[in-house]
Amino acid sequence: MSQMLSQADAQKLLADVMNDAYPDERGRFGPFGGRYVPETLVPAIERLQSGVERYLHDADFLAAFHAELNSWVGRPTPLTYAPTLSKQWGAEIWLKREDLAHTGAHKINNAVGQVLLAKRLGAKRVIAETGAGQHGVAAAAACARLGMPCTVYMGSIDMERQAPNVGRMRLLGATVVPVTSGDQTLRAAVDEALRDWVSDPNGTYYCLGSAVGPHPYPYLVRELQSVIGREAREQILAATGRLPNWVVACVGGGSNAIGLFHPFVKDRDVAMLGVEAGGTGSGLGENAASLAYGRPGVLQGSYSLLLQDDDGQVRETHSISAGLDYPAVGPEHALLMSIGRVKYETVNDDEALAALAECCAAEGILPALESSHALAGAKRLARAHPGATVLVGLSGRGDKDMPTLQRTLLKDAP
Amino acid sequence: MAARDSIGKAIEQAHARGEPALVAYITAGFPKREAFRDLLGAVASAVDLIEVGVPFTDPMADGATIQRSNRAALEQGVTLKWILSELKAFSSQAPSSPRAPVLLMSYLNPLLACGLDRLPDDAARAGVAGFIVPDLPYEECAEMRSALDARGLALVQFVTPVTPTDRVRMLSQNSTGFLYAVTMTGTTGKNVAVPPEVLEYFARVRKLSPVPVCAGFGIRSREQVERLAPYVDGVIVGSALVEVLERGEDPVAFLRSLRVQSAQPVLS
Repeated sequence: MSQMLSQADAQKLLADVMNDAYPDERGRFGPFGGRYVPETLVPAIERLQSGVERYLHDADFLAAFHAELNSWVGRPTPLTYAPTLSKQWGAEIWLKREDLAHTGAHKINNAVGQVLLAKRLGAKRVIAETGAGQHGVAAAAACARLGMPCTVYMGSIDMERQAPNVGRMRLLGATVVPVTSGDQTLRAAVDEALRDWVSDPNGTYYCLGSAVGPHPYPYLVRELQSVIGREAREQILAATGRLPNWVVACVGGGSNAIGLFHPFVKDRDVAMLGVEAGGTGSGLGENAASLAYGRPGVLQGSYSLLLQDDDGQVRETHSISAGLDYPAVGPEHALLMSIGRVKYETVNDDEALAALAECCAAEGILPALESSHALAGAKRLARAHPGATVLVGLSGRGDKDMPTLQRTLLKDAP
Repeated sequence: MAARDSIGKAIEQAHARGEPALVAYITAGFPKREAFRDLLGAVASAVDLIEVGVPFTDPMADGATIQRSNRAALEQGVTLKWILSELKAFSSQAPSSPRAPVLLMSYLNPLLACGLDRLPDDAARAGVAGFIVPDLPYEECAEMRSALDARGLALVQFVTPVTPTDRVRMLSQNSTGFLYAVTMTGTTGKNVAVPPEVLEYFARVRKLSPVPVCAGFGIRSREQVERLAPYVDGVIVGSALVEVLERGEDPVAFLRSLRVQSAQPVLS
């Protein structure tokens, strides 16, 4: 993408980013983003937009949000120094511990914020989509906590792959609806949730789980997840007296990454690395790396980079990590890449598994397979920049990945 | 005459016969890719306008039926390029064969992949009169609109029962060909009872709209068409027709059964 922008354009966009110009009033992040929804959804999106404008920076709303984050989610999450990984990899490694947030991943920050917003907008029910099940569990938990009925759409293939999370959602009171259309994974679940929302735009609130979709979702999710980066920035300053050289996060749709990156964007001396799922190779269908291998297009309401064929058909993706298995990426990441503010690389399935094993053995932490992509990226940085301070977003815990780990890392274990 | 003017003309002709224009949706290449042109000819003999659906992997405004037909067409390798070449061949068939103006119904991404620099020319050459793009709301359509305008092609806008009056006015003034008035909030394919408030909505839309108003989503029976007839300029039948094709039944017989004046022979 960067080759598509002239240097002057890229510099202007970078200056705009530094001035908090995005999203603009059309919901654009530079050329990316927007609001590509059927007319049937326009009133619902406009209601959401006015709710976001009214409540997202309202003192009472923020007090309620932070009260739930502190007393129920367990924030702030710690910033943990990783002495053994630091020694092994040759750099100073710090881990932002979203794995210790309630329900086991960063997804809960967004879910609790959006369900609070749904209540203020007078919604009667909340719907959500889920891939690996983490956002579904977070939405189900937030709805239980705040007294809202919850329906979660989940691809039937994912329901099989992530059976324990289906049970968790049901225990938390949610109705889980299997999606048998399309590719029967996350993308089809988003399509189905949108169809549900179209059918009842007044009474239903759609709690979207990543920084994707039509405006204002990429903005709303970024604002709710930015608590990760704000805490991490303060914590690393308190611990080391300076900002890190690098901040690293994994990118699927990109919600944990944008939450961690956003508060560091204006710190010009802090370099950032987003790590996409390289899967098993660079061919279409072998990975889920939209920034590395995608081309611009419109999917599910937003103009961004997509894994698509020459005819504009969106392709199925592959990653060992279900949470990164999505053929598009949040529009703000597409912008941050095109102007060079954030560097994006891919890590393949095997590298992610190896990093997961190293983190377990060295630090006594089982990271999610998604987060293990960030760890593998950090390891690569450490090798290239010995002695650097590297802050890694550990977006979730890996308990949910045990079935995959049994089939891979543990397959020869006695 | 601009290509898009054929749309209004076809609707007027139906009006002159005393009935709403019948608009049929088919997914290109469904059920059988090799039978596409034959099906097009058969459907053209029974309706006033044809919407040819470009299949897409993520048809988010469509219900289960059209999702299935999209998938089946994609599995047979149907692409926009192929559709345009088939339409071109169809429009150059013998002039005695039945004709109805063709609109392409496509989600935005396949059109972007073709490129807005090429699309209007290629479509015009294939005899296409206009476009319906369900995931391109008015606020995002400026570039597409001017590209299609330059070749005299229509870009149809949608309104729904929950669209505020000011927005109905704005959308209808900016719609070309006709205005697509959705019968209900929701996706395509459900059955619609057509309650009185829906008729009021159509009456209100038609009063505001400078272009003909066609009702779509959930239309499957002559009773519905008869009830809607005094309030709209055309009715669009999609999922019900796709289901007829799925069952292997005769699409022409089904489409004729929807005609308000179905006792009379249909002009083609």
